[in-house]
Amino acid sequence: MKALSQKRRHPFAGVALLLLGLLMTGGLYAAATTINEAQASSEAQEYSASDIDEGEKLFAANCASCHGINAEGTEDAPSLIGVGAASVDFQVGTGRMPMQMQGPQAQRKPAQFNDEQTQQLAAYVASLGAGPSVPGEDLLDAEEGDATRGGELFRINCAMCHNAAAAGGALTEGKFAPSLHGVEEKHIYEAMLVGPQNMPVFNDANIPPEDKQDIIAFLKTYESQGTPGGFALGSLGPVSEGLFVWSGGLALLIGAMVWLTSRSS
Amino acid sequence: MSTQASDSTAAGPAAFQPETRTGRIADYVDQRVGGTNMVREFGRKIFPDHWTFMFGEVALYSFVILIISGIFLTFWFDPSMATVEYEGKYAPMNGMEMSAAYASSLDLSFDVRGGLFMRQIHHWAALVFVMAMSVHMLRVFFTGAFRKPRELNWVVGCALLLLGLGAGFTGYSLPDEVLSGNGLRIIDGILKALPVVGTYMSFFLFGGEFPGEAVIPRLYVLHILIIPGIILALVVVHLFMVVLHKHTQYPGPGRTERNVVGYPVGPVYAAKAGGFFFIVFGILALIAGTFQINALWNYGPYDPSPVQAGAQPDWYIGPFEGVLRMMPGWIGDIPLEFVIPTPWGGNTVATPVLVPLIPVGILFAGMFVWPWIEAWISGDKRDHHILDRPRNAPARTAFGTATVTFYCILWGMGANDLIATHFDLSLNDITYWSRVLIFVGPVFAFIVTKRICLALQRKDRETVLHGHEAGVIEMKPHGEFTERHRRPDDYELYTLVAFESPEPSGPVPNAKGRITRLEKLRAGLNRWFYEDRVAPVSRQEYLEALEHDHHDGHDDGGLEAREQQQIGSGHH
Repeated sequence: MKALSQKRRHPFAGVALLLLGLLMTGGLYAAATTINEAQASSEAQEYSASDIDEGEKLFAANCASCHGINAEGTEDAPSLIGVGAASVDFQVGTGRMPMQMQGPQAQRKPAQFNDEQTQQLAAYVASLGAGPSVPGEDLLDAEEGDATRGGELFRINCAMCHNAAAAGGALTEGKFAPSLHGVEEKHIYEAMLVGPQNMPVFNDANIPPEDKQDIIAFLKTYESQGTPGGFALGSLGPVSEGLFVWSGGLALLIGAMVWLTSRSS
Repeated sequence: MSTQASDSTAAGPAAFQPETRTGRIADYVDQRVGGTNMVREFGRKIFPDHWTFMFGEVALYSFVILIISGIFLTFWFDPSMATVEYEGKYAPMNGMEMSAAYASSLDLSFDVRGGLFMRQIHHWAALVFVMAMSVHMLRVFFTGAFRKPRELNWVVGCALLLLGLGAGFTGYSLPDEVLSGNGLRIIDGILKALPVVGTYMSFFLFGGEFPGEAVIPRLYVLHILIIPGIILALVVVHLFMVVLHKHTQYPGPGRTERNVVGYPVGPVYAAKAGGFFFIVFGILALIAGTFQINALWNYGPYDPSPVQAGAQPDWYIGPFEGVLRMMPGWIGDIPLEFVIPTPWGGNTVATPVLVPLIPVGILFAGMFVWPWIEAWISGDKRDHHILDRPRNAPARTAFGTATVTFYCILWGMGANDLIATHFDLSLNDITYWSRVLIFVGPVFAFIVTKRICLALQRKDRETVLHGHEAGVIEMKPHGEFTERHRRPDDYELYTLVAFESPEPSGPVPNAKGRITRLEKLRAGLNRWFYEDRVAPVSRQEYLEALEHDHHDGHDDGGLEAREQQQIGSGHH
């Protein structure tokens, strides 16, 4: 303790304290957020009548104010008749719905409903009209897909908005294509199927199920391989590299210059 | 010593007799290449010491690192657009058809031992090379080091900067992935936008319709032979002129227009500069070893159809990208593009692509000729070896800042999509506002910078005349509170007063006694440059201030102050 108190006026004491504080806050935040994370999901293609009933109640309480009491749509939100279970599973499962606020685009956030409730909501919306259903596990197995072909399909169809490294990109008027890192296989598949927000629909005639699986295989392979060259600086390409060289790189060089030309005192 | 001057005419006044074996070998070599004279001459060369003088060195060292790492890369890189099937270690590309150039770039990244590191250090060194040249150039500009006699060396430096951009762009294009192909597609688009000759030029460059099969081998020759060769030659000229002109120095005691105050090259600077090479190398190795650059395996083999989000050039091409992104294609319902009717059906003039070339062209052309523009405006034909502190040349500093602002707006617009996503802004709004900002921003920067410079000069005057606030409040017997002021020491004093502040000179009649229109323009610019001025403290003013001090009993400071006080103390 005595050694510690003696060093409290050391020039780097403030920096060390600041680092310690940041580390602790960051650690606590990371721990707190993982606890809140949604549990892994399980699949059910057939919905029971009770699911539909429960879903209707949830819908009336949480969604009807914008989408209308019969999901027929209002001025604020579109009709949900015929959007299918896949759409509900994506929008609710990724936390985009219920929407936090009106804006250019619904933002991803921690899911508000658990898997059972999401399933009930999906069952209700699916009962209103035929639409794409939630994909089964067999279509989502990344091990089965061809990552090379998936990569080619991804670069041709997806990278224009989502970036070659799936890091996301800008669209018009404040809209954007989100990063795909850490997105569940199911949600990637559903997004292609239903085209949420500003994304186009890639239906099964456009990209057949096995090709969708290839794309998922590519994304998961890409995610698991890490970044071979070191820190990726957000995988944003030359802009973040340039920013880094003008900040960190230049600071290191100037530090060396000042050190070399300083007079010993 | 030379008692035995023999009949041999070749022997010098004192024939040196080395005693050791090493000495004999050294002497043998020296008698044949004359190294002693070179070392004696160059080793005694004096250079002033300041950290801002080292950016050029960083550029030189990163160029050396570029050559070393580049030679490594040439052993494996295959500059061919022939189609091959990839069979390397990178799983997500396995079995894909691609050009040999891209396949060998992937091999360099994943199959050649140390290849990825060498690729990364080469690319990071390229970014640092152009950055160091740019910062070096800004330092030279803002301190007025480009003035006579160094105008031609400034031009050599400008040429080096442009060649650096060329070297960077040709290198960026070599791996033949989607990102670099997009860059070439823009070049193709710009060429084709030139009326009448455009399509021919594009066909000549690409050896047929874009992308063709000729462009990568051609760029390779430019990248590894022609451009670095010219850079090397110009670096030699640049350094030779530095030795010839001697290095400039900041104002300070004992520093005049006729001397250089500093240390000799040998031994201190030779060691420092040699060591600095390894520091730069170390910093680059650290960055290259820890931060990924140009992850070309993400982009995929070049295919003219896709453009990926976040497709940008390396930073130094950013302003060119930005100006294209900024330029509207339509104003309201009126397209800016038009067709010149010709007997063979009409030539499209792609104004939205051609107009942006104008400001960029003016920027770079202006950079080359600035020393003559400033000399013409100021009418100053003297040699300058003492640098200006940027605040003491307010108009130049403000003009430079305005230009930097202009550049930075273009530069930022090259990344408008990333600004939109990272600051939650609308891409459209950023683009619309930037079109206003590009005209308003530089003017605003000029005014603000000039005011800041003048304010700093007034602050300097204040410091010379009244000293620094010491933070000690004294109470007089009659209750008045005053703050003690501490006089600046001689070193500081010299820096604060040793500058010129020219007054507007007015038009000068020519030999026929007439004032030409051109001369009127010059005089107008001259007034714009110099009308707002703060004069340096004169000796008279300073002595009066000391006299005033003496009555108030302030702390002593500079030499003159002490002399005055010593004289003064006799009276009391």
